[in-house]
Amino acid sequence: MQSTTREFPLKARQALEDEQLRQALDKARDGFVGKRQTAIDNFPDFDSLRHRGKAIKDHTLAFLDVYLEQFEAAVEAAGGQVHWAESAIDAQRIVTDICRQAKAGRVTKAKTMAGEEVALNEALEAAGFEAVETDLGEYIIQLAKEPPSHIIAPAVHKTRQQICELFDKHHHDGRLGAALREVPDLVNEARERLREKFLTADVGITGANFLVAESGSIALVTNEGNADLTHTLPRVHIAIAGIEKLVPTLDDAASMLRLLARSATGQDTSTYTTFVTGPKRGDDPDGPEAFHVVLLDNGRSRMLGNRYREMLRCIRCGACMNHCPVYGAIGGHAYGWVYPGPMGSVLTPLFTGLDGSRDLPNACTLNGRCASVCPVEIPLPDLLRDLRRQQFERGLTGRNTRLGLAVWGFFARRPWLYHTCARFGIAALGRLGRRKGRFRWLPLARGWTATRDMPSPQRSTFQQLWKQRQKEQRR
Amino acid sequence: MTNHSDKAPAERVALFVTCLVDLYRPSVGLATVELLERAGYQIDVPTGQTCCGQPAWNSGDNRRAGILARQTMDALAGYDHVVVPSGSCASTLIHGYPQLFADTPEDLIRAEALAARTWELTRFLVEVAGLDDLDAGLSGSACYHDACAGLRELGIKQQPRQLLAQVDGLELREMADTEACCGFGGTFCVKYPEISSRLVSDKASAIEQTGADTVIAGDLGCLMNIAGHLTRQGSAVRAYHIAEVLADRTDHPAIGEGED
Ligand code: SF4
Repeated sequence: MQSTTREFPLKARQALEDEQLRQALDKARDGFVGKRQTAIDNFPDFDSLRHRGKAIKDHTLAFLDVYLEQFEAAVEAAGGQVHWAESAIDAQRIVTDICRQAKAGRVTKAKTMAGEEVALNEALEAAGFEAVETDLGEYIIQLAKEPPSHIIAPAVHKTRQQICELFDKHHHDGRLGAALREVPDLVNEARERLREKFLTADVGITGANFLVAESGSIALVTNEGNADLTHTLPRVHIAIAGIEKLVPTLDDAASMLRLLARSATGQDTSTYTTFVTGPKRGDDPDGPEAFHVVLLDNGRSRMLGNRYREMLRCIRCGACMNHCPVYGAIGGHAYGWVYPGPMGSVLTPLFTGLDGSRDLPNACTLNGRCASVCPVEIPLPDLLRDLRRQQFERGLTGRNTRLGLAVWGFFARRPWLYHTCARFGIAALGRLGRRKGRFRWLPLARGWTATRDMPSPQRSTFQQLWKQRQKEQRR
Repeated sequence: MTNHSDKAPAERVALFVTCLVDLYRPSVGLATVELLERAGYQIDVPTGQTCCGQPAWNSGDNRRAGILARQTMDALAGYDHVVVPSGSCASTLIHGYPQLFADTPEDLIRAEALAARTWELTRFLVEVAGLDDLDAGLSGSACYHDACAGLRELGIKQQPRQLLAQVDGLELREMADTEACCGFGGTFCVKYPEISSRLVSDKASAIEQTGADTVIAGDLGCLMNIAGHLTRQGSAVRAYHIAEVLADRTDHPAIGEGED
């Protein structure tokens, strides 16, 4: 997917003015946050489970080469094939080659963020295949020709009204007008459209929530069951996943699934949880004839060697964005690439370069709520701060910020000068603001005073008052 | 321990007042001193302090942050405790400095020693000083805003509520989503003013919905943001730092309130 992250400030402002978006985001946030909290309150000692999740991932990442080889061997033993994609282009080529060899026409897809990352739909269509998204949210945004705005709820930015209009246009040639219909009606309508696609697809593409090294299995969770229809009905199944999705054992996968469902949607377990191991065996009643796993690197192995390794623990649950005040205000599209919210603000600069995504590490208040809910304890604010350090060192920090820091630093590191200047400056400002107690406007502070007042200082600095107090007490 | 005198010599506390309190609201500093003295400590305000360096640290300017951090560590050396009337600045001393100096062992030792002695004010009053004879009153109702760094990095949650419960005449009300960020975020609020405004306006609505007449917090940055928004909207809700309320210093104008 092409990054439009450079336009962050503009897109964020537009998003803030979009009333429909606001309704959609408020509703989604309340749902996600509340359900997760209930699920966690009902789970004895969720924090221990988080520690365990972190430990499993840290261990796997420390021995990633070993587990990747084990996984590859196990997939092959089960009759499947593993492909290594170093870059997005590699992944596109591998997948389109497999489709070509299978003489495919129609390809069904379950939701895959790795697929979004390598722009699989665009590649499939360019190669002449019909790619059909089967996850309801993905289906909606495919009709709307929009990228996902959330990693587990791709159409979360749309209101029901907007979806009704979209379905009306695509399914009924505009005959229904903009009549508001109930959610189950809309789901049934999409289901009917998709049924034929499921039955006639030649290749099914899914992601993988986890890859299990010991058995060569992939774990897939959905609430719609669409992934199961995607991988069992066509002749060929391709799963695409980042190399960090690996866990050593089925037991480990079980622990991770418990974390994932609760963190993502507040469920004890997702409605459909499937482990897929190899293609159809001789006596299986159904399943694909061929099973391929595309393991995507695309910058991940680079992260293994530095502190961003912590980010590779991410299980793509979406909790960080659900709890992020900035995401909650502007939605996912403003972030401009596949991954939005806090995890995206770390991943996008790492995957697409720091130059083109200057805003992302900075558009954060460092409030820390994301890290406090992350099921694998990724210190997201610390990583964002570290990206700011890299920006500063490479001269990518904005001029105003650098200038401000230089002036402030000049005084702050000279206590005597600082206290003296502060005394005079504050006395002047305090006199000006004394009657009203606040300023509606101040030079150089438009960012602040455009929408809020600047409270006036109290005319003396604390250091001054403290000295006076000391003198009086000595007397 | 054998007790020779009636009273052991008072422990020495360094007040790290923070640059915002020093410049904008010295009454918070005086209130803090009074509370600590009431709890029996001997207070000192080292003049070598200016700002903890957080603006540089949060902007990725680690070199300048390091200079300010060393200056602050020098100024605050040798005291029994260091108390800070701000969760966010306290957290910079406690968590920021050790991270900043992770690769320079000489500094790291000092940073960790400082971190072990440094406290956010309300946590110090409850967990170290055990202050339970406040002499403060404020009639009306208030809600307490959980500022982010204090809440998530230092575990400040019950302490301020416990202290505010001792203020005569004050009814404490909880606002919806009290742990939501107010949108201040240091330089964030001027770099992304539109996003910041949205967050503070949501925060202000939550405060107004409680019907409380005062909002209290432990961080001046957040309070200036919240108060600035409230006064611009013409709201009657007043904003005070928790130290001012606990030391009964609410007889002077609230944050952003004029003298007339
Ligand atoms: S960073 Fe943590 S909270 Fe965010 S998506 Fe990844 S695992 Fe979930």
